Amino acid sequence: MPRTYADLLREARAQIREVSPHDVDALPEGGATVIDVREDSEWEQGHLPGALHISKSYVEQQVESAVPDRDAPVVLYCAGGVRSLFAAQTLEALGYTNVASMSGGFQQWKSAGLPWDKPVVLSAEQKQRYSRHLLIPEIGSAGQARLLESKALIIGAGGLVSPAALYLAAAGVGTIGIVDFDVVDLSNLQRQILHTNDRIGERKVESARKTINALNPDVTVIPHEEMLVAENVDRIIAGYDVIIDGTDTFETRYLLNDAAVAKNIPVVHASVFRFEGQLTTFIPYEGPCYRCLYPTPPPPELAPGCSVAGVLGVVPGIMGMLQANEALKVLLGIGDTLSGRLVLFDALDTSFTELKLRRDPACPVCSTEAVAARAEGRPLPIPSFAAPAAEQPFVLGGPA
Amino acid sequence: MSVVKIPTVLRPQVGGNKEVELAGATVGEVVDALTAAYPGLKSQLLTVDGELNRFVNVYVNGQDVRYLDGLATAIAERDEVRLLPAMAGGAKP
Repeated sequence: MPRTYADLLREARAQIREVSPHDVDALPEGGATVIDVREDSEWEQGHLPGALHISKSYVEQQVESAVPDRDAPVVLYCAGGVRSLFAAQTLEALGYTNVASMSGGFQQWKSAGLPWDKPVVLSAEQKQRYSRHLLIPEIGSAGQARLLESKALIIGAGGLVSPAALYLAAAGVGTIGIVDFDVVDLSNLQRQILHTNDRIGERKVESARKTINALNPDVTVIPHEEMLVAENVDRIIAGYDVIIDGTDTFETRYLLNDAAVAKNIPVVHASVFRFEGQLTTFIPYEGPCYRCLYPTPPPPELAPGCSVAGVLGVVPGIMGMLQANEALKVLLGIGDTLSGRLVLFDALDTSFTELKLRRDPACPVCSTEAVAARAEGRPLPIPSFAAPAAEQPFVLGGPA
Repeated sequence: MSVVKIPTVLRPQVGGNKEVELAGATVGEVVDALTAAYPGLKSQLLTVDGELNRFVNVYVNGQDVRYLDGLATAIAERDEVRLLPAMAGGAKP
């Protein structure tokens, strides 16, 4: 006598533990992995907050990587509570020991008035464009949607920022602001790959916008064609999720640092000199800020810019790409950033060296005392930019 | 002897060397040995009061000496001492 659907359902109900939507809602944060086993089109209409999505037809193939621990608590749900029962049998057959099915499914969850999320739905073209991201469990469509809603600000449209902007744009960071007031010069093209020969004399923000949108029209480029100064820094950086610092002066760097710390915006910092680069990520109050690292700027002769000292074009390229990597982790909330670590790159040795950075408990910008003082409207005094002059001026030159 | 790593910007002051080997039981002694051998470095590394300039960081085996014992930080044989001034660039013109 062949078994019917009713028989199979009865067996599944007898085998699988069922929990109510309220039971699931009452689970502590991370109390169980909640998996939505419906089809893509159903998921896109809305789902439980924090749920993973594995269509029932992919459960066997995908659940082991989503839930490696077979003793971890797992709750499955579908639209009405039937498909999740059968999917739960599959998990038990795979050796999962703590599987439940949510009775009544997403319909009952919604009718109980419990909260649910509607995911950002990627267009067919976006699904194809970002398919290599969508395949990575740490990114997926939720991470890609997060990138598309993210805003990154890049300071300077030069050598560091060129590869950073290209990769952020390619990755689908939805809004990229660019602060620059310069025009493209022939001497830029040895490293500033955002620009091209036929754009010499063109405003850099416009040249950058053309390159970025030619690569990815999803990206909105916001040009800030002005010099970053004390009067405009708060207005310019407001609303951005991460800042890529490609500045070339200490005045701008300290200005940016102080404003970003006050607004709690992470800054991915890099600087270059000939064959060397330095890189770190400043996450306010989690790690040190630029003033913790260098409380005062060096005298100009000890820190000449690239226009004086020169730089191997690929060095800002490499450092800029590492900045993009840091910014993407900040935006996605994955991995470990370089907060509290300074990476030195030496192109001649092809060596990376890591140094430990610490917060300065007396920092005039990010210390507890500085935060309290700002909140009371009387910020701590900050040392002036006037750098002490070296007694014997440094003469640039020699073997490098 | 400890190895002192010299950043590019200071190399002209030490005959173009990328690193120099110096004796000294503390960071201060190593810095003294360095500035004795290469007097041009003194004003770049130290204030008139003999303290480390705040724009030059000194690391011993990757740790900032400001959070160890400053110039009194002990140096063991083969420790790596790294001088690191702030860098300007930015690859803008």
